[in-house]
Amino acid sequence: MLKIVGYTDRPSVRPGESLAFKVSCEAGATEFEAEIQRLICGDDSPHGPGFKAEPVAASVNGRYPGRKQRINAGSFGIIDAGVEMAAGARFAVTVFVQPTWLAKRAEQAVMACRTPTQGRPGWTLLLDETGRPRFELTDGERHVAVTLDRALPERRWSQLLLVADPSVQQRITLVHRLVSPLPGEDVELKVIADLTFPPPPFHGIPVTIAAELAAIDGPRLLTTRHFDGRIEAPVILPPGELEVGHWDFSIGIDTQTITDISRHGRHGRLVNLPTRAVTGANWKGQTLRWSERPDLYGAIHFHSDDLHDMQWETDFSWTIPPNLPSGVYAARVSCAGGGEDYLPFFVLPAKTAKKAPVAFLASTFTFLAYANSHHGYEDSLSEVCYGALLELGPTEQFLKERRDFGISLYDRHRDGSGGVYSSWHRPILNTRPKRALWNFNADLHVVDWLTETDQAFDVITDDRIHEEGLALLSDYRCIVTGSHPEYHSTAMLDAFDAYLQAGGRLMYLGGNGFYWRVATHADLPGVIEVRRGEAGTRCFELPAGERFHSFSGEWGGLWRSNGRAPQALVGVGFVAEGFDENSHFVRTEGSFEPRAKFIFEGIGPEERIGDFGVLGGAAGYELDAADPELGTPPHALVLARSVEHSNVYLLTPEEMLAGFPGTDAIENPRVRAELVYFETAKGGGVFSTGSITWAASLSHDGYQNNVARITGNVLRRFIDPKPL
Amino acid sequence: MYEIDPTRLDLAEEFRRKPYGRHSAELQRVLNRMRTEPFDGHYVLLRDGRFGPYRLGRFGATPADPITPTGHVFQSLREAEWIVFKMRWKRLTGQDLALD
Repeated sequence: MLKIVGYTDRPSVRPGESLAFKVSCEAGATEFEAEIQRLICGDDSPHGPGFKAEPVAASVNGRYPGRKQRINAGSFGIIDAGVEMAAGARFAVTVFVQPTWLAKRAEQAVMACRTPTQGRPGWTLLLDETGRPRFELTDGERHVAVTLDRALPERRWSQLLLVADPSVQQRITLVHRLVSPLPGEDVELKVIADLTFPPPPFHGIPVTIAAELAAIDGPRLLTTRHFDGRIEAPVILPPGELEVGHWDFSIGIDTQTITDISRHGRHGRLVNLPTRAVTGANWKGQTLRWSERPDLYGAIHFHSDDLHDMQWETDFSWTIPPNLPSGVYAARVSCAGGGEDYLPFFVLPAKTAKKAPVAFLASTFTFLAYANSHHGYEDSLSEVCYGALLELGPTEQFLKERRDFGISLYDRHRDGSGGVYSSWHRPILNTRPKRALWNFNADLHVVDWLTETDQAFDVITDDRIHEEGLALLSDYRCIVTGSHPEYHSTAMLDAFDAYLQAGGRLMYLGGNGFYWRVATHADLPGVIEVRRGEAGTRCFELPAGERFHSFSGEWGGLWRSNGRAPQALVGVGFVAEGFDENSHFVRTEGSFEPRAKFIFEGIGPEERIGDFGVLGGAAGYELDAADPELGTPPHALVLARSVEHSNVYLLTPEEMLAGFPGTDAIENPRVRAELVYFETAKGGGVFSTGSITWAASLSHDGYQNNVARITGNVLRRFIDPKPL
Repeated sequence: MYEIDPTRLDLAEEFRRKPYGRHSAELQRVLNRMRTEPFDGHYVLLRDGRFGPYRLGRFGATPADPITPTGHVFQSLREAEWIVFKMRWKRLTGQDLALD
């Protein structure tokens, strides 16, 4: 049980900008302490360099009242203005529905119009615990309900029709119609019940879609009876008259708005990022691109574990002082009983400040992609892939119990569908120091090495490169990545391309980099979208027709599948992975070329490079290699190649057109990492290590080792303005 | 389906000596069989401290179901790997692994 957790309102700031900190004391502590710290190294493992952080004399350091903050996970739509209907008015509802998680055996509201007050007068069209359609109506005192005795089929489209008619026949009619009935199925079933009291008036009562409104808590709407599945074309109308509301989800697919096409214009909004740009009831493969035929994409997929913004109250805000050095920072928050959390954030230098020669790139998009990941223990194949027993530490055990902290882009929602959106606006418990050496905490090994070697550096982030492009990169002679810069937007790749063509230098100190395409949305800061397609190492494949990003309209998946393979940018690209034991590099002919002499100063010709380190070896986890067919420049030098990987290091799917025996490192020579160097236009250059665990070897033997020496040799030359 | 030969104690000894990293092809087949057990009942380690100890547990029918501790507690990952290997050997071959 984690006793205290929190988050900042955004990942990156500059001096003069304000940052909000939001903390929840999960175990009930009534106060907590906060201290701003500069993070140097998060690796507190027994054989690592040790946890290193420097306290910052910040004005916000101190004690604060604590409490457990509420979370309302689960996506839904809401028409805040509600609808207007007189007391006793007859009305009807139609909607297309595709449930995707009936096994949860819970009531699921498809549409509702309920007042969040005593008695909650209003109506709800829902599925009961067994998936049968049900309609409930109450005036706050009297209740009537009708249930149709046939469950909706899972993952198939149905239409529901409800008519409440007090004026003539005084009855409720509920109809279930199958859009594509199977042989032997009745297309339509109907149930009729008495309407024993007139419907109450509806004056501005919010209409909700995929959930029922239970309460309003400040800016937060608290909802219940969440629906998992797809909903399309909800309509409310008095029978035979003009519509009260008709929400067409095929409009504004790239927004969080739902559009009412009735004459009333009662537009609504989406909460907690349900998935848009998904196929609707009339999609039959006519197009794969939602922007070509939005009318076929009139559905929205709602999940009870969707989450955008926890909307926690701010405990304190801090305006970044003008003299605060650029770096990786965190607010350390602690409470009674040993509770501790670090709320990380990244401080860039002021735009007008004198810049360091080097910028360390914090992979904020990658951190988001893996945020609060469950996939490592929810996939039954994880153990055989990792080559080791699965292990759940306190964080993983906490997240396993707390689905309301949201999922990562590696996880499936509880209904089995893949996650496509991830948000910063929640505690991201695997982007922390003192946690697994993966992504953020592993990347701090680079920060540690830069610090211990007295190399002046600034910190920049994915999100800021995406926003500012080449203007941000061009401030630096050399950009140094972390261990796993995997996720990038089109704007980011454009910026890197331009930077390298203008003489910039890039040190890619990782593996599996520049791999997946990311989309962002101007109205949703701190959120990314990833649409995984038919290639790549992935935990799920999105359904056909749903591989274009809703945010940008761009085709998703691998950059390789988009014609911009990482080999073309950094000389190497992902080829293999394994996680049981790491290995080392041996020099290849390219390392003895005169052009590479500066890289191997002080390195013997037969030295094993990186047969040491916190993770056992500098070649490991995820491996990249050169491939001229995918764009490795012809003049690129392969300097070293990793060897002796284990049986569980396997070729990636995109490296195979068909499965065949012999894809592991024992038998297949293509399972290897390669160290690559090449010059770019105007004296620029790229150095790539092609291995995630490279950075974990930097600190070995007091930072005096051949991995640190090679990295230092390259860095010194790369910050020398003399053309390469 | 590959069946583990209970007479191949040499493979068990190889695993005990080196649970991680390069293995013989035959041992890898044994491990593949053991490690691809269904999710329901799959072994998992629960670590409550920063670096151990480790409690052994088994997953429920789905990821949403609770993990049931078996009562085993290990001080190291290597110890856990060996004990779970022996338990799986027994289950898959019907015979105790008599190496200790």
